[in-house]
Amino acid sequence: MSQHVLSLLVEDRPGLLTRVAGLFARRGFNIESLAVGTTEVEGLSRITVVVSVEGLPLEQVTKQLNKLINVIKVVELEPETTVERDHMLIKVRTDAATRSQVLEAVTLFRARVIDVASDALIIEVTGETAKCQAFIKVLEPFGIKELVQSGVLAIGRGSKSITEKILKQ
Amino acid sequence: MANEVLTGAQAIVRSLELLGVTDIFGLPGGAILPTYDPLMDSTKIRHILVRHEQGAGHAAEGYASSSGKLGVCIATSGPGATNLVTAIADAHMDSVPLLAITGQVNSASIGTDAFQEADIVGITMPITKHSFLVTKAEDIPATIAAAVLIATTGRPGPVLVDIAKDAQINKAEFIWPPKVDLPGYKPVTKPHGKQIQAAAQLIKEAKRPVLYIGGGIIRSRANLELLELAKIIGAPVVTTLMARGAFPDSDPQNLGMPGMHGTVPAVTALQRSDLLITLGARFDDRVTGQVKTFAVGAKVIHVDIDPAEIGKIRFADVPIVGDLKEVLTELNAELSNDLKGTKPDIAEWWSFLNDLRTRYPLGYTEPEDGKLSPQFVISRIGELSGPEAVFAAGVGQHQMWSAQFIKYERPNSWLNSGGAGTMGYAVPAAMGAKVAQPERLVWAIDGDGCFQMTNQELATCTLNNIPIKVAIINNSSLGMVRQWQTLFYNSRYSNTDLNTGTDTVMVPDFVKLAEAYGCLGIRVEKVEEVDAAIKLAMETNDRPVVIDFIVGRDAMVWPMVPAGLSNDAVQFARDERPVWEEGEEE
Repeated sequence: MSQHVLSLLVEDRPGLLTRVAGLFARRGFNIESLAVGTTEVEGLSRITVVVSVEGLPLEQVTKQLNKLINVIKVVELEPETTVERDHMLIKVRTDAATRSQVLEAVTLFRARVIDVASDALIIEVTGETAKCQAFIKVLEPFGIKELVQSGVLAIGRGSKSITEKILKQ
Repeated sequence: MANEVLTGAQAIVRSLELLGVTDIFGLPGGAILPTYDPLMDSTKIRHILVRHEQGAGHAAEGYASSSGKLGVCIATSGPGATNLVTAIADAHMDSVPLLAITGQVNSASIGTDAFQEADIVGITMPITKHSFLVTKAEDIPATIAAAVLIATTGRPGPVLVDIAKDAQINKAEFIWPPKVDLPGYKPVTKPHGKQIQAAAQLIKEAKRPVLYIGGGIIRSRANLELLELAKIIGAPVVTTLMARGAFPDSDPQNLGMPGMHGTVPAVTALQRSDLLITLGARFDDRVTGQVKTFAVGAKVIHVDIDPAEIGKIRFADVPIVGDLKEVLTELNAELSNDLKGTKPDIAEWWSFLNDLRTRYPLGYTEPEDGKLSPQFVISRIGELSGPEAVFAAGVGQHQMWSAQFIKYERPNSWLNSGGAGTMGYAVPAAMGAKVAQPERLVWAIDGDGCFQMTNQELATCTLNNIPIKVAIINNSSLGMVRQWQTLFYNSRYSNTDLNTGTDTVMVPDFVKLAEAYGCLGIRVEKVEEVDAAIKLAMETNDRPVVIDFIVGRDAMVWPMVPAGLSNDAVQFARDERPVWEEGEEE
């Protein structure tokens, strides 16, 4: 199994996410992560999806996605020409004895504390998936009470723009 | 000039009229009532009131498949809409241009489990080409126009438009033509020139080419271009279940249908081929059998308007995305130019195939119980009706025999449920075909099982002067399932006995049922009665006709490739496999 990052430019229509997610389920493709949001162009949304597939079926999934009427463009983002970021909010247990160790880890990973309670901290961290996972490993011994993450966001390097290209056509 | 202000309901009817729709099959109910009011006044649209929404769906399919036009069906919310689901799924599998309009509860009530509410857009998402939920009257014209565009272009398919009741009642300016904005929908019809050259090259080099023809030829109206290609290269042609009629059966190059119940020459031609020229076909499992042993020595040219079909099942050496009519026009020009009237030398290939044709023609044995042979009955229907007739089949043994023993000479003359395998398709589909082409003789060739699923539409036929002919191939059982039980379950006939034969309790009596529906009912049990009954049916046009042909129940469909096995295991009769010429066995 190999992972691929697909970026979908879609019309912002009701039920769009159901159509995309349903297609993955129906055709037997696993979604590892999914991030959806509006774009700089009104009416267009961008979906970043990380999918696990074997070589040949990826072509099948992109073709099937392209068949969805509200999907305007499907691009596979290659790792070497792509910037990828994950964003996480982590609520970790702390007390007087452990707080300084946790804060040290926060500094090392260039994360940020965004909420403080007597027995817990909420930390935000941004970075490549591997970095975020490493950070979680470091925090685990202290006790992670809650974890939320955005799913991978990805964009091609350089000045080229998928949306600009589409709007020109 | 100010635009006219119409209710949403009026806008639905007006939009359909302006898009050229002349016939709709449907059944009203609460959430679609507003639309039925202006529909009553339309002079351009004939609405045919069905007895079950599934009948409306299949009728619209039969209408579309027999004429190449868009089929339209309409139903109310909730159960009305869910009753359309089977027909929509069927149209999706067989690429039938279908518009399904459903009423939906008031937009303010959506999501509250209101009376007769069902999320039909959600339910049909996997089985439609696209779907729309309309909650504003002003969105109606553009949505209907977009739906029709999507259903009829590219790879055709079903599109559902679900319209909230308040959107039908509210008023809005009617603007026509509306702005149809579909930035993500651009079907590719023109092929890539380099791919055409690559295909021509493979064709010229091939020693054992086969034209593997699917239903796409019919949907693309490319039968004449196919005929031209076949004449240019002289290759054998196989026509799949969905492509019967795409290439004339009378043409000596036609080897018949491939697949699970295909002819020995057609199945073998694909297996032994070195080049599959695949045109609008999709390597269905019923054609390929076990995929990894299918046509292992063949390169593949695969032409389809749907890029997702190419490479889905079988790798394509030369993939071509485009409309078959355009693709074949270019390919024919390329080949004519290259070959300059000569043909690739495939004489050896033809001598192998012709030998198979002589040794393994389609045939059947007379039933041992002394009853009619179903294959004989179906052959006679075909022969007496001729190639201008339309034949709609249900699903099962009678469908396979109809595909095998009727000779098709023109596209759109054979209607069936190929991909979905929907029992009950025949009667409503024949009804739809007769509405589309009232001058044609239209047969529903049905099984006793299938017939009992949708025969209520005979009432619709009688009352609306739609004189179809129904031939029930009555073997008193779910015949294809029974055949599998005979072959693979030690003849243990679990739940396949229907008791409709003359030597059973005969529930129901199909002749009485036909008469109850105002049809002419005829029962045929003897060989000498067959032709007379068919002729009487053909002459009777003041009402529908139902002929109950009592046939032997042990008749089986041959040849057969058992499910999941390699096509090399084709049997032309029970336990009888073809003998290959010496040196041909691998």
